[in-house]
Amino acid sequence: MQAAILVGSAVLLVAVAGASVSVGAHAVPPAEIWRAFADFAGTDDHLIVRDVRVPRTVLGICVGAALGASGTLIQTLTRNPLAEPGVLGVTAGAGFAITLGGVLGLAGSQPAQLLLAALGSALAALVVYAVGRTAPLRLVLAGVALSSVLAGLSLGLRLMLPDVFDKFRFWTVGSLAGREQVSLTLPLVAIAVALVAALLVTRPLNAMVLGEQVAHALGGHTGRTRVGVLVIVTLLAGAATAVAGPIAFVGLMVPHLARRLSAGSIPWLMAHTVLLGPIMLLVSDIASRVLLPTGEVPVAVVTAFLGGPVLIWVVRRYGAVSL
Amino acid sequence: MSSLVLRAGPYSVMVERRTVLVSLALVGAGLALALAGLCRGASWATPSEVLSALAGQGDSVVVIRDWRLPRVAAALVFGASLGLAGAVFQNLTRNALGSPDVIGLDAGAYTGALVAITVLSGTAAQLAIGSVAGGLLAALAIYVLSLKSGLSGLRLIVIGIAMNAILTAVNSWIELRAELEVAIAATGWSAGSLNGVDWDEVRLPFLIIGGLMLVLVTLSHAMHQSALGDELAITSGVGLNRLRLLLVLVGVGCTATVTAIAGPIVFIALAAPQIGRRLTGAAGVPLVPAALTGAVLLLAADLVAQLLLAPMALPVGVVTTAIGGCYLIWLLFREVKRP
Repeated sequence: MQAAILVGSAVLLVAVAGASVSVGAHAVPPAEIWRAFADFAGTDDHLIVRDVRVPRTVLGICVGAALGASGTLIQTLTRNPLAEPGVLGVTAGAGFAITLGGVLGLAGSQPAQLLLAALGSALAALVVYAVGRTAPLRLVLAGVALSSVLAGLSLGLRLMLPDVFDKFRFWTVGSLAGREQVSLTLPLVAIAVALVAALLVTRPLNAMVLGEQVAHALGGHTGRTRVGVLVIVTLLAGAATAVAGPIAFVGLMVPHLARRLSAGSIPWLMAHTVLLGPIMLLVSDIASRVLLPTGEVPVAVVTAFLGGPVLIWVVRRYGAVSL
Repeated sequence: MSSLVLRAGPYSVMVERRTVLVSLALVGAGLALALAGLCRGASWATPSEVLSALAGQGDSVVVIRDWRLPRVAAALVFGASLGLAGAVFQNLTRNALGSPDVIGLDAGAYTGALVAITVLSGTAAQLAIGSVAGGLLAALAIYVLSLKSGLSGLRLIVIGIAMNAILTAVNSWIELRAELEVAIAATGWSAGSLNGVDWDEVRLPFLIIGGLMLVLVTLSHAMHQSALGDELAITSGVGLNRLRLLLVLVGVGCTATVTAIAGPIVFIALAAPQIGRRLTGAAGVPLVPAALTGAVLLLAADLVAQLLLAPMALPVGVVTTAIGGCYLIWLLFREVKRP
């Protein structure tokens, strides 16, 4: 049953990825997409597919999987149905760290940016978790407060230093568009490695769901698992934010959808998340291209519009109750 | 604590001595900042020049009375209005975080104003009606969604945060759809800014805010009564449902009127009532200190926004975000210590 659903999701993902390559300001018919790879002739259609649409789709798949997986991990670890990298201020932390690095002249190279993003997201996550760990709703409030402060500070820094503003102007909106000029190899490799680690960590995490004492009694290393999960979460959210800018709510929506399919098993939950995250982000990205007659809406706007109702539903469904 | 009783015919008001002193100090701070705001400019005027210009003498009458005074007056009145709106909603939700900017009423009012500009022709009256309608609809949606086996303050606030995210997304979509001139105006506006405010723009909002303040004066006694608890309020003769409805209308009116002119200026409504409350050491969230603190905060933030990067003017919303956000984090840290 689970495997069948997984295969179904994979088929859906391929279909959505195909649509993502085809739909846009210039629609490319499916037959041309095939020919762009099998029989490359250098026409406009072929160039669009190979140089713009395919990198964008690959980026969407990786970022969607990363955001979804980090949401699942952090929801499971904190047993808080409202936890999410965007809501928890992790993405805002990454954004602030990159802006600050730009101001100090540290964010020149891509490994440096990635490191800064991971550091910033880790620090923000620790602060928010320390403030809000006692109650699920308070965690959200702490995250929102920290996010708004960091966003305000980043905006102030960027407005004061035009060079930095110019560098990060395109990045701050949260969008998958126009990233094809930047080399994406390193962040995507980092995301792939972290995703494998996320799948591996699900087995010890499965025991943690029963409570720390039980996990301990079953022979699990709770401390080690906790640190491992936090490292993976910051790596995933930091890398995703470093390439795509702050995109909120994907990590909130996807685990709640996947939980309905996974029948309480954390490894299956993670497997579903890794497929549903990209589907969700690619659908949002396609919507972001067709919503305006003249141009594109940043994908973060679409995910916020879809994710807000999910947050309301979660609050009404779970309230202040832990998972 | 020592208190004063003021009597005039059949009416009497009891006030704490400390509240009076703090209020007077806030009025003094507001006047001093207003003078500084009138002096500030590409060429600084001396305080004596400003005072004589206000009296209608000297060379700089036009500059000071027609260019600088509207902005300073707008900062004072709008700050007071936001402080009042915050105090009203914090009293209603009985939570320090339940202010209109956190729960998305500003964003809703802004949506209404954007619709008035893009769909209709965007006259001053349409702007005012649109933003009030938007704020009211947002308030209604949040209220209905958070009703579930009673009203919990914290749940209402988190649902408001979600509503804020949705409405902000809708707003940026409308901005992107709009024609270029509208979009440019709206984007500068969306951070909350007092740049380029003149007398013609602020006359109607000042009248509306004045009227709302009068209504609030008549409601304030019942409002503080209801903050003691539903049962006690009903027993002591407060019509709770009617009062709540009126308070929501007034609170949304205060915040939406400001949003229609200056855009969503965040965090004043959140921080001002609580700062005023701590300064006066009062129980509950008193209205007069909230209004005065709001006026002083917004005027100070506006001055900082203009001076920080002079000659370029930052949107005042950036400065209020920095001030209010730090306050919010402090508030949360303090809550952590509480078991």
